[in-house]
Amino acid sequence: MEPTESETHHIIPYRTLLIVLSVLITLTLISVLVTQISLGTLTVTIALLIAAVKSSFVLRIFMHLKFESRFLASMVVAVILIISAVIFITLLDYLYR
Amino acid sequence: MNKPADIHRDDEASKTGMWLFLFTEMLLFGGLFVVYSVYRYINPTAFHLAAHELSVFIGTLNTILLLISSATIAMSITAIQKKNKKLALLFLCITLLLGLVFLINKYFEWGDHIKEHIYPGSAILALRGQGDVLFYGLYFFMTGLHALHIIIGMIFIGVVSVLIYKDKINSGNFQLHENSGLYWHLVDLIWIFLFPLFYLIT
Repeated sequence: MEPTESETHHIIPYRTLLIVLSVLITLTLISVLVTQISLGTLTVTIALLIAAVKSSFVLRIFMHLKFESRFLASMVVAVILIISAVIFITLLDYLYR
Repeated sequence: MNKPADIHRDDEASKTGMWLFLFTEMLLFGGLFVVYSVYRYINPTAFHLAAHELSVFIGTLNTILLLISSATIAMSITAIQKKNKKLALLFLCITLLLGLVFLINKYFEWGDHIKEHIYPGSAILALRGQGDVLFYGLYFFMTGLHALHIIIGMIFIGVVSVLIYKDKINSGNFQLHENSGLYWHLVDLIWIFLFPLFYLIT
């Protein structure tokens, strides 16, 4: 929603980076703790969900996609969708063979 | 931004080019994740048991090291934009150091496995069955390919550090610096998925 942001180069404050870093480390520790408790198939889902949240922080803040053009951000989303689609379709094939 | 009129520079194109390259990297590792999902689906128990043998402690430590290094390289870009050359170099050195510690941990981790005759092509590993062979084959290949990316990233960051030292990269011209950051973050991004898939999901 910031249209002019890409014109002048956006400088990310140190504080923001430190906050994101602490969130990422906390999420890592949570995912380690959660997976130590046996929750069956739910463990996989939780671990991958946390990984997805972590990667969105890395992509949006560290790789500053949040401040880039829509075009670039949508290309990244497209690549992620392609990979997910391939994994999904391949697993469908194995599940219902 | 004072750039001489005779030198053509297009930061936007440089950045887009870097991202296009990163897309191919994402698809490369994406393909490996497809292989991982299928083999895991076929050999659930073997993958479950084999994953127990990896050290969660070293895995977590390495994850945190990489996350910190990602933050420090992002901070070095902030520093160069604020015209603080010394701080930018310091942050890059910390990033390089963290990358090195990551590789040293990986060396000891792999060393322990190899001592126990767990490596691709090992006859003792083959006796443990197809599932273990596939798990460790993927483990060594994917973490190895990732470690190779760490090494390439460190070389890239090293080159950028020299250019900053020589004032070739400065507050008005830092796209290469940013591209090295993007590469390093991608390496971190891949590890964010490798870590739970190999160390945590047991």
